[in-house]
Amino acid sequence: MQLTNRSKVVSNKVQTAMEQLYLPGIIKGMLITGSHLFKRRATVKYPEETRPVAPVYRGWHVLKRDENGAERCTACGLCAVACPAEAITMESAERKKGEESLYREEKYAKTYEINMLRCIFCGLCEEACPKEAIFLTDRLVDTEYEREDFVYGKNKLVEKVDKRIDVSNRQTLEVANFKKLPGLKHNTVWEGKNLNKGNKH
Amino acid sequence: MITFLIYKLILCVVVFAISLGIAAYSTLWERKLSALLQDRVGPDRAGPFGLLQPLADGGKMFFKEEIIPNVSNRFLFILGPSLVMLTALMTGAVIPWTKDIYVNGQLYSMQITDINIGVLYLFGVVSVGVYGIMIGGWASNNKYALLGAIRASSQMISYEIAMGIAVIALIITSGGTLSLREIVEQQDAGLANIVWQPLGFIIFFVCALAETNRAPFDLPECEAELVGGYHTEYSSMKLGLFLFAEYINMFISSAVMSAFYFGGYNFPFAHELYDALGLHDGSKWIAIIGFGAYFTKIAIFISVFMWIRWTLPRFRYDQLMKLGWRVLLPLSLLNLAITVVVEFIRGNITF
Repeated sequence: MQLTNRSKVVSNKVQTAMEQLYLPGIIKGMLITGSHLFKRRATVKYPEETRPVAPVYRGWHVLKRDENGAERCTACGLCAVACPAEAITMESAERKKGEESLYREEKYAKTYEINMLRCIFCGLCEEACPKEAIFLTDRLVDTEYEREDFVYGKNKLVEKVDKRIDVSNRQTLEVANFKKLPGLKHNTVWEGKNLNKGNKH
Repeated sequence: MITFLIYKLILCVVVFAISLGIAAYSTLWERKLSALLQDRVGPDRAGPFGLLQPLADGGKMFFKEEIIPNVSNRFLFILGPSLVMLTALMTGAVIPWTKDIYVNGQLYSMQITDINIGVLYLFGVVSVGVYGIMIGGWASNNKYALLGAIRASSQMISYEIAMGIAVIALIITSGGTLSLREIVEQQDAGLANIVWQPLGFIIFFVCALAETNRAPFDLPECEAELVGGYHTEYSSMKLGLFLFAEYINMFISSAVMSAFYFGGYNFPFAHELYDALGLHDGSKWIAIIGFGAYFTKIAIFISVFMWIRWTLPRFRYDQLMKLGWRVLLPLSLLNLAITVVVEFIRGNITF
């Protein structure tokens, strides 16, 4: 009597003479594995090659500089407030005379740390930032030997003046249009660059 | 006399070096081939295309800590891998690597020794090889090692019978000679033995897989059941010797199979090619071309060994024994009977 329709019929099939020879089966199996010799590799040579990531991929953060090379971050702390993982800490300091080329506004972040082990890469800091200073990029966070090394300071977060980090990949059309508003003109440092030009940094 | 000694010494060293070199690069090729069969890239970091990988692996083995268990029999523990390696390297002595060459009007044979019982020697030495595994496994004083060793020895003994009978059929076809050189030379004049002994070849091939402890017959080192099998307690270079001997055995059995069934250094239309190139017997170019042909065959066999390993799952132990005793042994006897009848009809044997 069948109680459910989930019961399975047990197969006690006796092997045919052809199957008992095994050799045809073995050759069939070897042809299957052999055909994989000519298939596309499923893996990539990682450090040299990287897989393409989604345009909205959220990875290693960057603290942007403006077109003159001054840091945008004013240490307002909105990103730290927005952060659901409480991964961001910072200390603010006042800009001194003669530092105008270093910091964009009168207040700046003396230290700025993101704990990459706490970060969940949600991107809320990026949304919260009123100064368009912090962005998540498509760079993968490196592996480290020590837990402390995952607390990224300004040395790892702020982009280098001579080695700008292109965040245009992360910009959706709406964001890009929003940044073209006249009041936000200073935010369009990537203007004129080719949008979506692959995952090169 | 001195020249003779020097020439034999050089030959020994060259065969030794080639065996080790081929075994070393077989490990790389095994990893590379398995990667290719599984859609991976494989080792490519050490040197161009990963060609220095065997050196890195060997260096790693050398620098690892050497552990000899307190409860083990120290002498036998060291003897085990040494014996395995020794017998693996000894088998290369009777294999004719290529055609003879003339140097300064003197004929030099490219075989370390052409004894008239070459096939027997080969089987004898291979049988001693199992003692190395047995001793190593027993001396470890470890149940898994012992089980692995017992498996290895019973498996080898079982498959040697079918293998031996397959070779007897081959010897009948090649006119009763036990010299490997003569078996190879006969295939130069006539057809390769595979034409006369297709069933014998299949039996020999399956048994060779079992003799070298390769998948699908790698039960002695079955990780799932026996940790590491007979080399569970081994570390450092002694483990390396065990693993390395397996690759040398694979190389030698590929060489023997090519010599027995595929004409060794001969290949189809060889004489036409040599005539077209204007080469005479004893020319070094003939030897080099023959050597190339032989090694192509060996390389193909080694690759097929690996291809099988990365295709088939391991046998269960009762299946292994059933295959050996209830399938291969009757088949090899049948093959022998058919061979005798056919050779009698052809008039090659008389009673």
